Amino acid sequence: MRITKEDGVLTVYLTGEIDHHTAKAAREQADAALTQEKPRLLRLDFSGVTFMDSSGVGLIMGRYRKAAALGAAVTVRGLTRRDERIVKMAGLGRLIRFEERKEITV
Amino acid sequence: MNKLNSCKLQFPARSVNEGFARAAAAAFAALADPTVEELSDLRTAVSEAVTNAIVHGYRETNGAVTLDMTLYEGGLLRVKVRDKGVGIEDVEKAREPLFTTAGGERSGLGFTVMESFCDRVTVRSVPGRGTAVTLDKYIKGKA
Ligand SMILES: Nc1ncnc2c1ncn2[C@@H]1O[C@H](COP(=O)(O)OP(=O)(O)OP(=O)(O)O)[C@@H](O)[C@H]1O
Ligand SMILES: [Mg+2]
Repeated sequence: MRITKEDGVLTVYLTGEIDHHTAKAAREQADAALTQEKPRLLRLDFSGVTFMDSSGVGLIMGRYRKAAALGAAVTVRGLTRRDERIVKMAGLGRLIRFEERKEITV
Repeated sequence: MNKLNSCKLQFPARSVNEGFARAAAAAFAALADPTVEELSDLRTAVSEAVTNAIVHGYRETNGAVTLDMTLYEGGLLRVKVRDKGVGIEDVEKAREPLFTTAGGERSGLGFTVMESFCDRVTVRSVPGRGTAVTLDKYIKGKA
């Protein structure tokens, strides 16, 4: 998982399939970077994600809580329209900002 | 209803099998020539049910998860996900959006997602005995 930091923005590039099994490693790496870097903004980039279920929602929710506790805002980018709908069902629409969506080609 | 095909899978309740289960369901459904969207819906719903069996059903014990898949004439695909874990005290409550007994990293959306991506979701559960979640999805296909 690639993580970059620029101008106080920590960007976490998630890849592959996000489920309960794979979310654990993503969570641990994102949290370690968040604690260490103390960014003003955490950006979760889902452009490289090929599948997610509600565990992906839990991953975003958990990072939002952690970031909020550290005073950082959260944005999410590259979700498909379908996945964005699920994330919003969790009420996260009011708490995080959604940047550009992924256009599915298939 | 005439059965066109059926398949039974059993695997230990280990998280690595979540990906395996949804891939198997997608492969089984291929016979009905599903659309990309129908496949996505199925994968997600199966992933939710299997994850619940692993995370909640067997939270205190180890055991097996069983997947019974049947394809009927007319395009009905039925996937039954069973565990012999702790069971659910109040199924109606468990199915409410955002209800979770896990907190933290779980959003309580699993059943809501299953319902929005399937045509029917049936839950049978006996506390102390286990849970069976039946996902019905019509595969209309590309035709
Ligand atoms: N197979 C099962 N065995 C025992 N309890 C279950 C089972 N499936 C679901 N539950 C109960 O129903 C609740 C709701 O399930 P649901 O999938 O909707 O949300 P969740 O799993 O808690 O969170 P999420 O799916 O968003 O990660 C669970 O928190 C759990 O208490
Ligand atoms: Mg769940």
